[in-house]
Amino acid sequence: MRENLHRFFRAARGAGVRVSPAESIDAMRAVSRIGFADRDVLRDTFLLTLAKSQDEKRALGECFDLFFSKPEPAQDATEGTKAGNSEQDDSGAGFSDASSESGDGDQTETLGPLAQMLLLQDRNAISAAIANASGAASLSNIRYFTQRGIFSGRILDAMGLQRLRDDLDNLTATNPALAERLQAALDGLRGTVRDTVSQALLLYGREEAENLRNEILRNAPLARIEPRQVEQMRALIRQIARRLRERYSKPRKRQRRGHLDVRRTLRRNAAWGGVPFLTAWKRKHRDRPKIVALCDVSGSVARVSDFFLLLIHSLHEVVDDVRSFAFSGHLIELSDILEEKSPEAAMAEIMSKVGFGSSDYGNSFDDFEKGWMDTITPQTTVIVLGDARSNNLDPRADILRRIAERSKRLVWLNPEGRMTWGFGDSEMPRYATFCSVVRQCATAQQLERAVSDIVATYQ
Amino acid sequence: MADNRPAASIEAVESGLAAQGYIASRQIATAVYLSQEIEKPILVEGPAGVGKTELAKAIAAWRGMKMIRLQCYEGLDEAKALYEWKYAKQLLYTQILKDKLGEVLGGAQTLHQALDQLHTFGDVFFSKEFVEPRPLLQALEQAAGCVLLIDEIDKSDAEFESLLLEILSDFQVTIPELGTVSAIAPPTVILTSNSERDLGDALKRRCLHLHIGFPEQKLEERIVESRVPGISQTLRRQMVGFIHEIRTLDLKKLPSVSETIDWARVLVLLQATELDHEIVKDTLNVLLKYEADIEAARPQLTAFIAKASRQNVFG
Repeated sequence: MRENLHRFFRAARGAGVRVSPAESIDAMRAVSRIGFADRDVLRDTFLLTLAKSQDEKRALGECFDLFFSKPEPAQDATEGTKAGNSEQDDSGAGFSDASSESGDGDQTETLGPLAQMLLLQDRNAISAAIANASGAASLSNIRYFTQRGIFSGRILDAMGLQRLRDDLDNLTATNPALAERLQAALDGLRGTVRDTVSQALLLYGREEAENLRNEILRNAPLARIEPRQVEQMRALIRQIARRLRERYSKPRKRQRRGHLDVRRTLRRNAAWGGVPFLTAWKRKHRDRPKIVALCDVSGSVARVSDFFLLLIHSLHEVVDDVRSFAFSGHLIELSDILEEKSPEAAMAEIMSKVGFGSSDYGNSFDDFEKGWMDTITPQTTVIVLGDARSNNLDPRADILRRIAERSKRLVWLNPEGRMTWGFGDSEMPRYATFCSVVRQCATAQQLERAVSDIVATYQ
Repeated sequence: MADNRPAASIEAVESGLAAQGYIASRQIATAVYLSQEIEKPILVEGPAGVGKTELAKAIAAWRGMKMIRLQCYEGLDEAKALYEWKYAKQLLYTQILKDKLGEVLGGAQTLHQALDQLHTFGDVFFSKEFVEPRPLLQALEQAAGCVLLIDEIDKSDAEFESLLLEILSDFQVTIPELGTVSAIAPPTVILTSNSERDLGDALKRRCLHLHIGFPEQKLEERIVESRVPGISQTLRRQMVGFIHEIRTLDLKKLPSVSETIDWARVLVLLQATELDHEIVKDTLNVLLKYEADIEAARPQLTAFIAKASRQNVFG
């Protein structure tokens, strides 16, 4: 059973529950007190000791249900009665006496153990044999769906498929009826093994598969991902947001030992006549980032803006204040829309208001300067997300210069590759002179790095 | 009821808590049982008013132990949670003992000798007598064991969590001047959190993680039954059914168990025998704490009452 528990912990890790060695020891100790008698209590025990949040509890619950539901060996309906003697847990001891029950006593004597087991339809013995063979084939190492065939083959080999084939060949000559039965039973066995392997893949392979998928997704250009991947991408963005939150939401007050805060020290020690028993030290306040984001939502940049806005607005624990604006031909403020609605609905509304037009950077900057220039303070980081393709209209770089002068930093994120900046109607080189940083930002990974750097400048 | 021996089984925990008027779900009982078996604190998370704090009180009452409560807030530090030196007493004693000190040091010729003599007396002013124990230290000093409730840990600063780690894993604290103080009897530690911020992994790892959500209808009926005995069965069913309907709405703050109990008391006081539109409308402010929520719920009331009454007939 210890072995089984270890396998379960492995499966739990696969399901995304972080199980440290210390936690697995705790779970073991708990289980040793609780016992295996009651499955519900066992489930509760694992949920209490291993899972540390509600998401993890859900994932672990599913994993538990999957892990402890073994695929049942297929049972031949006509042979059902014989499977009744379920006391024979041990695959080795069972056959000799049980085989006398079956009509073909002398026939089966000469067959291999697997063939005998199949003919007897002893479900427990078959389950046990599959479990043993899975262990021998180290099934828990399965990682990718392409490995299913290999592992099925290994398990069947470990169960003695070779011997069974020989038996089948012999029987077809001597006893065709029995051979047919054996063939049917073998097909059933193959099915059961396939189910076992599929289940193992679900249990142990999930993490790898997810990592692989996320890795691909992280480096895929945001502007060109397929609609079916949008949901996965949103999940990935949320994951990135969580990571950034964890990294940057550390306390903002840091005690600076060495500089005595005389005023506070005197006040605190007033009760003892100003004798300084308690000292107070000067503290240094760190500002939380204030961000003003201007997002181009025309054409191909729209998708990137969508994910960028999702990321920025999931950072509320790290970022003090975000004002976001969207533009293509003209500019509107988004903060209220994003606050009230779900990401999907908000994006649809934004698109219906300003989306998909041909972009006019000059006019949009002009809108911003007239309406919201005072939102920029010396603590603000201004982020412009756009391809800087202004359709040969006046780029109004002078407004961008004034924005840069008012703000702490001006960061330009461009989804296009550096090679294309400045070609065609791209005004990137002209805008770049006023920006503190210009980065390419086409994939989730680049997005993460860009936002991480922006937040890090405030630490 | 009061006995200090740990309960023998999960069922014993369940019935013991029930005797104190706390109807625990199976999962809660398992958590309590496990926490005493493998001596680990329980971290209880869940929305406000589902009985997180109540659980600690019930355990204390059931096992007849003292409950020590530490309410967390922003800025809570070592001096308020763990221990503090009694500065005033130290100062006073030095004043009183001045003459005595003079006698002791009288024989010394030089400053150096005086200092050496002083050293032989050890750290008299940093001994146990001058330590003011705060809740955490108090909990370790209880000979009969106790229930230590660290309430709303999510309100405290992240540094404070680190302070708790030693006490949670080994039931001991280290005071630099005195050394390590270990618990005489390991206290039962309950931490509660409203998930206002994510707690650190180190803290979570040391605890059993219990999430108490809104109870199922049957369980909630039993809770109301035990807390408000005067309520009739019909009304109880109806009101619990009604609250479960309300919880399906998208509200700012969903009514939790404490609101259910309050409402049951109000209904009993108003001598209601069954739910009707009038009485629900008048007492809705007991359940819902925001004007916007009341506005959102109002159009649905009739349907919900009808549904709750129907449920009563069939079930």
